[in-house]
Amino acid sequence: MTEIATGAPFEAQAPGAATPPRPGSLVPNTIVPLQGLPIVGVVLIGLVVAIASNKLWAVDFFHVVGGALWTGVDLFVGFIVGPILGRLSIPARAEFSARFMPKMMLLMPTLVTVTLAAGWQLGLLKGFVNAGYPNHEWAVASYVVVAVMAVVALGVLEPANIAVLFEMRKPEPDGEVIARLMSRFVWAAGITGTMQVATLIIMTKLASV
Amino acid sequence: MTGQAQRHAGTPQRALPPVLELGVGSLVCTLAGGVIVAAQVPNSDTLWPAVVLLVISAGLLVVMGFLMTRISQFAWRPFRQVWQWAMLAYIVIAGMLEYVFIKDKTPDNVLVMLTLLLIAFALTVPTLLAFSVARFQEADQQG
Repeated sequence: MTEIATGAPFEAQAPGAATPPRPGSLVPNTIVPLQGLPIVGVVLIGLVVAIASNKLWAVDFFHVVGGALWTGVDLFVGFIVGPILGRLSIPARAEFSARFMPKMMLLMPTLVTVTLAAGWQLGLLKGFVNAGYPNHEWAVASYVVVAVMAVVALGVLEPANIAVLFEMRKPEPDGEVIARLMSRFVWAAGITGTMQVATLIIMTKLASV
Repeated sequence: MTGQAQRHAGTPQRALPPVLELGVGSLVCTLAGGVIVAAQVPNSDTLWPAVVLLVISAGLLVVMGFLMTRISQFAWRPFRQVWQWAMLAYIVIAGMLEYVFIKDKTPDNVLVMLTLLLIAFALTVPTLLAFSVARFQEADQQG
């Protein structure tokens, strides 16, 4: 740990590795993987077409697929990846994050946008969002859950992710800063994972009415 | 160079104003306002709690901006770089939601509230992201 505290390069930290890779060299040229942007574009165009057509199947498709992926990724990261990441050495965390976080930065905002936009439209078509709907309180509960997740994700998780990626691009990344920022990632992912369990309960309740 | 100075050689440690805390506060107010408005659709009888939250959110944003202008040494280049791209992304995200509200012929007063909340949202998040990055970067050269 002394090496980290003195700001020495990461290669000195990897336990049991003769010549561990330097995290800075693992960071791609761009923070966001640009090759994924056309896919995001196609998905968003599909979403606009689905909402414009106002067809139940189309908006249901985008909401269910987007929501299932969002929930699945959050649960997997929060309860499987997060705890594992928390037990890894700092260099191993950094190496994993250098490959993992750029993809998440493209994937998660897309899934969230698709799920929310299609979900609102679906709620209008089915009547869930109407204040006079008998089980409207379940829809409101889902808004609250999404709001809490948004605060954690946008106020803590995403800023930490981007700051880690920028830190890794430095000629000599500061291990102490990366460790501090990534510890936020671990607990924030746990909170969003827990909130997703609430989402599953609310959504299955609404769908069963 | 002392050990302590070396310790933070790659990461500047400066005393910075509570921009992140204010930003998260603004985000909480914005989202709470959005929940209040969305929960009443299609009615708009009691929008005032959302208006209050929007005003608080906007006030926090202004204070945040003011405090940032008072920082003497800061990494403004990386801040601008992140802010611009994040703003582009959040304009797309907020634009998608705005599109849905307009398409569904949301009542005017509700639409205005939701639009203002989306604007506050789209301003807050890029600022949070950009500040989080820039605080750990070397300050711009003076002059």
